Amino acid sequence: MSKIEQSKIRNFCIVAHIDHGKSTLADRIIEHTGLLTSREMQAQVLDNMDLERERGITIKSQAVRTVYKAQDGGEYIFNLIDTPGHVDFNYEVSRSLAACDGAILVVDAAQGIEAQTLANVYLALDHNLDVFPVINKIDLPSADPQRVKDEIEDVIGLEAQDAPLISAKNGIGIEDVLEAIVNKIPSPTGDADAPLQALIFDSLYDSYKGVIVFCRVMEGTVKKGTTIQMMATKAKADVVEVGYFGAGQFIPCEELSAGMVGYITASIKNVKDTAVGDTVTDFNRPCKEPLPGYKKVRSMVYCGVYPADGAKYPDLRDALEKLQLNDAALNYEPETSIALGFGFRCGFLGLLHLEIIQERLEREYNLDLVTTAPGVVYKVHKTDGEIIELTNPSNLPDPSEIEFMEEPIVTAEIMVTTEYIGSIMELCQERRGRYLGMDYMEETRALLKYELPLNEIIYDFFDALKSRSRGYASFDYDLKGYEQSELVKLDILVNREEVDALSFIVHKDTAYERGRKMCEKLKDEIPRHLFEIPIQAAVGGKIIARETVKAMRKDVLAKCYGGDITRKKKLLEKQKEGKKRMRQIGNVEIPQQAFMSVLKLDDKK
Amino acid sequence: MNRKSLGIYIHIPFCVQKCLYCDFVSGPASDEIKRNYVNYLLKEIEACIYGNKSGSEYIVDTIFIGGGTPSVLDADWIEEILCKLKERFEISDDCECTIEVNPGTVDSDKMEKYREAGINRLSIGLQSCNDNELKILGRIHNFKDFEDMFQSARMAGFDNINVDLMSSIPEQTEESFTRSLKQVINLSPEHISVYSLIVEAGTPFYEMDLNLPDEDTERQIYYKTGEILKERGYEQYEISNYAKLGKECKHNIRYWQCDEYIGFGVAAASYFNGVRWKNAEDINFYIKYMQGVDCSVDKQCAGNINDEHCTENSNTGQGIENTGIIQRDEFYSEKDILTPEEQCAEFMFMGLRMNQGISAEEFYKRFGIMPDEKYGEIIEKHIQNGLLVKEEDYIRLTDKGRDVCNFVMADFL
Repeated sequence: MSKIEQSKIRNFCIVAHIDHGKSTLADRIIEHTGLLTSREMQAQVLDNMDLERERGITIKSQAVRTVYKAQDGGEYIFNLIDTPGHVDFNYEVSRSLAACDGAILVVDAAQGIEAQTLANVYLALDHNLDVFPVINKIDLPSADPQRVKDEIEDVIGLEAQDAPLISAKNGIGIEDVLEAIVNKIPSPTGDADAPLQALIFDSLYDSYKGVIVFCRVMEGTVKKGTTIQMMATKAKADVVEVGYFGAGQFIPCEELSAGMVGYITASIKNVKDTAVGDTVTDFNRPCKEPLPGYKKVRSMVYCGVYPADGAKYPDLRDALEKLQLNDAALNYEPETSIALGFGFRCGFLGLLHLEIIQERLEREYNLDLVTTAPGVVYKVHKTDGEIIELTNPSNLPDPSEIEFMEEPIVTAEIMVTTEYIGSIMELCQERRGRYLGMDYMEETRALLKYELPLNEIIYDFFDALKSRSRGYASFDYDLKGYEQSELVKLDILVNREEVDALSFIVHKDTAYERGRKMCEKLKDEIPRHLFEIPIQAAVGGKIIARETVKAMRKDVLAKCYGGDITRKKKLLEKQKEGKKRMRQIGNVEIPQQAFMSVLKLDDKK
Repeated sequence: MNRKSLGIYIHIPFCVQKCLYCDFVSGPASDEIKRNYVNYLLKEIEACIYGNKSGSEYIVDTIFIGGGTPSVLDADWIEEILCKLKERFEISDDCECTIEVNPGTVDSDKMEKYREAGINRLSIGLQSCNDNELKILGRIHNFKDFEDMFQSARMAGFDNINVDLMSSIPEQTEESFTRSLKQVINLSPEHISVYSLIVEAGTPFYEMDLNLPDEDTERQIYYKTGEILKERGYEQYEISNYAKLGKECKHNIRYWQCDEYIGFGVAAASYFNGVRWKNAEDINFYIKYMQGVDCSVDKQCAGNINDEHCTENSNTGQGIENTGIIQRDEFYSEKDILTPEEQCAEFMFMGLRMNQGISAEEFYKRFGIMPDEKYGEIIEKHIQNGLLVKEEDYIRLTDKGRDVCNFVMADFL
């Protein structure tokens, strides 16, 4: 194969709000560039995890290379890098963007700009990408392309009047998009003879090849035999193979040079050595400095994950080990709970990440799990000057040893139709939000800006937001930093015994309210026993709320139905089945679902 | 020959009008349908292979005709059914033979005929002596109808009568219940059953907004029932049953002791040879199946469920052809071959319903292991809880245990 001219390469990504059609457009681009025949197309080629396809979201970054014969007669190489759309994976998005030279902004012709549209487009502009808009779903009855075009110009300031009007789903206007990619996205630059400097934007563990590093070569060239080094992790290895991304397969090639996107394998055993954002260089001829912007991925949300059946603990450990091979953002360490037995404290990027991991554990590894309330990482400043990063409420030191505590704060942008502004502001207020401002997008929609403590939004903020705006609000956030806060540990006592798995950290002003709701929920979840069970919420040993599960007075099946014993037995079996799914705390049996149902405490609909 | 004891249950799925709380297989029907049903019931009895009178190792010592309201049938038909049973089964001389009757469906003539047919025990569905409560339940009779019926039963010579009462009726108070109970006691029936209403899904009551007595009242009524009846010479022998000495219902005791019985008719349940089964619950389906049974050619039909020859071969189509269109296995709404483990569990949770509890010796006789060996931990736990008690050979529920018996029983499963 002859050398590829940089001028014939286009490295780009697609950014959009969730459900605006990003993955579908990617499919169409792949289809129309002819690398795949229609027959080979499965819906959403880029999302190859089952879970991604089912949830319709893209979890991991992926890339694909296709060849397009443009109207000017030239053959262009398209490297399409797919990015996750969700805020949990913001850092991955950012690294994917850094691997591109331009971006397509997809906006729904009916819905217009949403919170994530803004967040993602600003992220792209921050990376100096050339962005051009595409109006999707123009065949919807409610489509209003002109309004959306104006909105894009007014709100984002992007030229939009000649934006392609398309329907990715029905293949309308795809050719226009392909031409726009050629004409509006710049070709890469960089010197193929300079020292190697390549950005890692993803990596994947393969049991045969080891870690497969996805990278964009900025400067220099890499080929088989090059001794590479990751500049942040210092890991070193000899390149076994380089290549590019076919649809769903890896196609080896001679070399990757400046401007190209592809993969490297080098018998690397651990994805942790190939952190996203790190720079790959030539060990024997290193570049002067790494590419900017690398940061270690940090878990933002923690929760305890326990097998429902204690005997499955080793299975859970194996499953986490395997998942981590491919997901450097997941971390875990063993912990023990009096209530739940042996399990793991796991760290996640955010709540969606947590849900995805939980679902994968349950689905792919067939595990039945009990998870505890997710919490954020608090900074505990002790009187002796030590600073603890607290991920498990049970480890909170005695209050006398605490000087003060800090909690993570985010800046949130909420896009909402004007009729719901009131109820959304009320919600933010309840969640200790600090109002920063509001911009009207157009007459009927506004962008609310708030500072919110992260621990107030990780439980059910998103659900509450949706239900209070009838699904019309969209939301995005960014970590701002840590702030000192009056935090307390809320303990739950069942029959006077503290249930460690139910403890959590909460702001002192909301402790009473949360404690009361927890007790109410638990009262409904815990079945009646032979004796009365007090359920109490306590802060620092002081009871702040109480409910009582009354003693069982009666549990009798009166009638024998003409000798139909089986019917009776079935009822008893059901009762017994229920008992099996309980956790014994002292002499009280708590259903496993109680540990999770207490997470959803927003009762306003 | 030392014969094994067997019970027979006959289900009559008809009544004048369905009560609002009833979830039995029952309903009003035309005379034609009723007669047709009886014909197929006779056929089912005829075709049952266990009814091979001369060679049978079984002797029937309890018969229970239940419903529905069996007394809506012509008394002659009941006689036909009993005759058919006598034709096919060896029936003991002192066989307890019960029919369920409801006030307003039996005159003195019918009573006489029942006696002549061999029925020696009546179970009357009264439910309440309070006419308003009867109306709420959707019963067709009032208290006076019951008194008349009771009178004519005594006149006909019935000396073994049960009266069903119900607690937890909507609007019922402790006081109104006690009055009902005392009115019944004054008539001095031999046996009284007191069930508390269970609102079952699928009944009209389930959809209604009912003013039910609360749990505390219900329990209070329960305690009171026991006290009053004891004073008046009725001993509680099961969770819901009270009788004068020697007048306990032998047929029901059979259920609680996991002894064998065969049920005939739609939705009838059987327990025989370690297998529990239940006939089709749809009357049309039942009839259609019975139409296909040919008694003269073979004896294959419901009730022959665990006969090796029948089940094996008819399933694979090698046996004698069932001329009907419904396969034999489809006829059963349930079929459950009990493992020894399940048999032990049933023996425990059914036996505990009775005040005397379960006999360790009997348990050993049946299963070759002592209950303490098998369920030691559970028994010990509930003795600690104050829900079970051991007395000589017996393990039984305490008064407190009776309140929450499901809680105890579920542990044996």
